[in-house]
Amino acid sequence: MILWWIGDAVLLVVVVPIVVYLLRNVLNAAKSIVPSVQAIATVAAAGSKDLDAGALLIRTQEQAIETIAGVANYGGSLDVILDDADLVEA
Amino acid sequence: MTPVLAFAPAAGVMILAVLLIVAALVFYLVSVIVQLWKITEGLDVVIAGVGEIVAKSAPVNDIVTTINQHLDAGVDALEGLLVKKAGIEDAVGLVDGMYPGSAAAGFRNFPDSAQITPPRIGEVYTQGTLTLARLGREAPIAAANPAGPVLRNVEAGSLAARLLYPDRRQKRPKSLARSPVIGADSPEQYEQRDDIGAPRKRMPTR
Repeated sequence: MILWWIGDAVLLVVVVPIVVYLLRNVLNAAKSIVPSVQAIATVAAAGSKDLDAGALLIRTQEQAIETIAGVANYGGSLDVILDDADLVEA
Repeated sequence: MTPVLAFAPAAGVMILAVLLIVAALVFYLVSVIVQLWKITEGLDVVIAGVGEIVAKSAPVNDIVTTINQHLDAGVDALEGLLVKKAGIEDAVGLVDGMYPGSAAAGFRNFPDSAQITPPRIGEVYTQGTLTLARLGREAPIAAANPAGPVLRNVEAGSLAARLLYPDRRQKRPKSLARSPVIGADSPEQYEQRDDIGAPRKRMPTR
């Protein structure tokens, strides 16, 4: 009977506090994750919105190609109408 | 007769302790489950946002690479044209005149150009300026009289532009003198005139 009481005492004084302590820490850790996840969700949504202009890159690409083509044509004309520097070699 | 539920007090305390542990387990584990549900909901939003980011940024790499390739080709062509027409030294001087200090970097396709001391084309009219003159009225040096005809004949541009050069240029010589070099370290130094900076000998008439 004495051993039984000792077991009860150990259960109440040692095991129960340890179980509560561990469970409480798990709960606190889980609670601390929630705000971080919500912040990440907000940032991900904002980042996705920031990339909405990415579709315009296709037009930028087209304009860059057109511009370079125009510059190339202009350069070709300059190449025809201007003398080369070889003429003024010292 | 012994009661059915009769038990020792120590056993009752044991049962109470176990019930306490079970109650604590239930309370905390349910709380953890609720928090995990919230985390799952948040991660669903995150995954949706990240998915959109991945989808929207997927073509960026190819587009930017294509743009860079075309820009590289344009830079190569313009550098080559500038060096071909103006010569490597004057080309470096022209670029340095527009963007001071850029001559130190040199041209991308002409690694030796970084070693060239750029002539001060921004201060002295040289072949570069005369070349601009050939382009027509837009060049300041070509606009001799805004009311007069355009110096460049658009129908025979090359011949008209050639006439802007000195007479000896018309004979198509094999070589011409290079542009003058000025500055403290120029090969030919000139004495400073004494009257520069001195009081005027005679005031201008009004």
